[in-house]
Amino acid sequence: MKYEEIVHRCFRCGYCKFTGDYSAFNCPSYRKFSFETYSPGGRMWLIHAWLNDEIKNSSRLQEILFSCATCANCVEHCVFTFSEDLVNIFIAAREEMVNKGIIPPEVRDFLKNINISGNPYKEPANERAKWADGTSIQTYDGQDYLFYIGCVGSYDERAKKIARAVGNILIKAGLSIGILGNREQCDGNEVRALGEMGLFQHLAEQNIALFKELGIKKIITLDPHAFNAFKKDYPDLEGKFEIYHYTQILAPLIQSKKIPLKEYKASVTYHDPCYLGRHNEEYDAPRKILEAIPGVDLIEMDQSRENAFCCGGGGGNFFTDILGGGEDSPNRVRVGQALDTGSQIIAVACPQCAKMLDDAIKVEELEDKLEVLDIAEIVTRALG
Amino acid sequence: MSDITLSLAKIVGENYVSSGEEELYFYARDPGLMPAHKPDYVIMPKTAEEVQKIVRLAGKEKIPLVPMGAGMALTGLIIPLKGGIIVDMKRMNKILEVNEKARYVIVEGGTSHGLLKSYLEKNYPRLRHSIPDSPATATIAANVMIHGQGRLTQQYGFNSDMVTGLEVVLPSGEICKIGSCSISPDWFSKGAPLPDLSGLFLGWFGSTGIITKVALKLYPRKRMRDVEIFITDREDLIPDIIYEITHTEMVEDINIFAQPLPMIFKDNHHITIFLTGDTDEELEFKRKMIWDALDGFIKSKDGGFMSVPPVMKPTLLDMPQKSVCRFADVKKGGGFEYSGPIILVEKYPECSRKLMELASKYDLAYSAMARIIGRGHCMMFGFSFTFNRADPDMMERVRKALHEVSEYALSAGGVFWKPTVDEQRMAIERMDPNTRNLMKMIKNNLDPNGIMNPGNWEVN
Repeated sequence: MKYEEIVHRCFRCGYCKFTGDYSAFNCPSYRKFSFETYSPGGRMWLIHAWLNDEIKNSSRLQEILFSCATCANCVEHCVFTFSEDLVNIFIAAREEMVNKGIIPPEVRDFLKNINISGNPYKEPANERAKWADGTSIQTYDGQDYLFYIGCVGSYDERAKKIARAVGNILIKAGLSIGILGNREQCDGNEVRALGEMGLFQHLAEQNIALFKELGIKKIITLDPHAFNAFKKDYPDLEGKFEIYHYTQILAPLIQSKKIPLKEYKASVTYHDPCYLGRHNEEYDAPRKILEAIPGVDLIEMDQSRENAFCCGGGGGNFFTDILGGGEDSPNRVRVGQALDTGSQIIAVACPQCAKMLDDAIKVEELEDKLEVLDIAEIVTRALG
Repeated sequence: MSDITLSLAKIVGENYVSSGEEELYFYARDPGLMPAHKPDYVIMPKTAEEVQKIVRLAGKEKIPLVPMGAGMALTGLIIPLKGGIIVDMKRMNKILEVNEKARYVIVEGGTSHGLLKSYLEKNYPRLRHSIPDSPATATIAANVMIHGQGRLTQQYGFNSDMVTGLEVVLPSGEICKIGSCSISPDWFSKGAPLPDLSGLFLGWFGSTGIITKVALKLYPRKRMRDVEIFITDREDLIPDIIYEITHTEMVEDINIFAQPLPMIFKDNHHITIFLTGDTDEELEFKRKMIWDALDGFIKSKDGGFMSVPPVMKPTLLDMPQKSVCRFADVKKGGGFEYSGPIILVEKYPECSRKLMELASKYDLAYSAMARIIGRGHCMMFGFSFTFNRADPDMMERVRKALHEVSEYALSAGGVFWKPTVDEQRMAIERMDPNTRNLMKMIKNNLDPNGIMNPGNWEVN
């Protein structure tokens, strides 16, 4: 297994489980399951034991490994020099399980769907661009930027609204953007996170070839997960492009009033997506947008920025739901943290987070107190 | 599910009990060098009432019970030597009350030091507690149970001396309050002016009951902290230097470290002196008092104050000091263990020489780390060796070195701190027979079925 030479080096001190100020346990799976085995240190010791044949691959070991949301809180807070590799180690262990073909059924189904249909929803590829119906967004044909949507934004009903909101604002701001339409396919970020490296490489190489064929140089992503894959993994496969999350494009335009906004009175708390925040250290662009909207009162949650608590959707859990269910599920915990701020709106910058938190609000029956809106949707309201 | 698993699940819910191989593997060991031993079940109660039910079930079925905090003692105290049920206390992590004016806090038995530190900083910025340098996950109950030490130990003694009350589930299943809280709503004293019953539980490693609540003294938190390091290569002078520093009554904490690397540290003893103050003037006054106290050693060229680089200060001032854990990776192997006898400060030179001798004999990377307890009444001297978990030979050499430390510590008049079961045995053998009999009476009366952390303090 990759990183095999590191797994025995965990002292299991547990700093990885906390926020930086120790105010809370911030590892989503540990918070939900509570057993030490579901903490980063627990995973390290169990992977070591598994590689040494001291324990077997069981459904529980699979749950332990695949419930990691790859949120990188452990990377942020581990005190050892190998901290940067922690999530990579967990992904490598998943890869080992995938290669042996013994994985949770939910993971298997997700990977099969991507392999067969090009998306996890088993939807036809020729319906991928339906989200853009009724907008003036054009198919890519040499525009300055490719606007890349991803599977969730293309097929999930809630996320489609966010894709339309972002696309419309980019057009309104006068940006030259185009989409791949039905030629778009999965970016592979979750495929990689779930350990299917062969499929990931295949997807990435196809995407890179298409981007190059179309002469694409600059890409704006809707989804931080695609942003992460394009920015951090594609360069190793000769796919080097200028990559932006849409908030990075909008922030300077809104701050400089190139997109004029009217007053929109609301108290808002912002939920940092792990793949924009901890994985790529972009904490400011979304906040700059919110702060620039007249009338918006931005209230931070106790756990924000590098200490933000994950919604529980990362690392493929959005699709597999291994972390879901119960009052300790991360999305319900996170909604509670948002509620504590007294805000009316949880602002997000990720369609997966939007859906996860929306679901939690319904389960908690908080619809009359809290609303989940993507930053682009808040901006749309301020456009009047 | 077995009948026992079902019964346990009825108490805490099926999500919080496991007999899965993964949990049995993990909870069979701690990060130290003691041999693994699997529990049969792991359970995570949320309330004292659930703990009561678990204890009653274990009593009825004669199943061993091992209470566990974060498992950071490193000496195997939470390894279930005779199997049974590990009671992982971390779901009981509420901070129940802070009495600001009386300066105490009441917490549940699984509350971590990190959580309390964070809570006080946010809600009571003028209060603090004695935080140990074990990882922030270490629980307050487990720390006082092992007579841990912390940042305020030089001023106020062992962290267990700072306890002002306990709630304990006895081996019979009854909940028992210890201290003023037994007759008053206020938790200001663990004993005085009553008979101090806290000694029936503190230091017993869970072999007489499970702590479900702890009240702890809080202390003034000054606005500023700083650190000075006095260095000497004369180990024989350390006791005198400590005597002079403690005489000033000006310092927050005194630690001493010695290590072979980097090269400029070799053969030196670094007396780390922590200072606090509410104003620059207070801090400077204390600093001057300490400098004046050590002036003689400077003039005789036996030592001097090191200029602490700005990059080093945050590491030293960190609470807990995360850098302590990093010692585990010196050999890129994720392990260290230390024997930390409580011993007179005058034994520092001898301890230091013994450490070097053993490090050389067994070819080990070492670190000496001492913490002054009280105004020099004694110290914890940590004979610390790092090891690589992937190198069984190195692990065995550390075991042997630590065994020699144990023998040496006893011969030098030391008393084991958080002793391994072997050290407990050695201590019991050496103990005054009447003291041993008293321990036996206590244990047999409190835990007649011998279900509480069996293997530990086996006076029988």
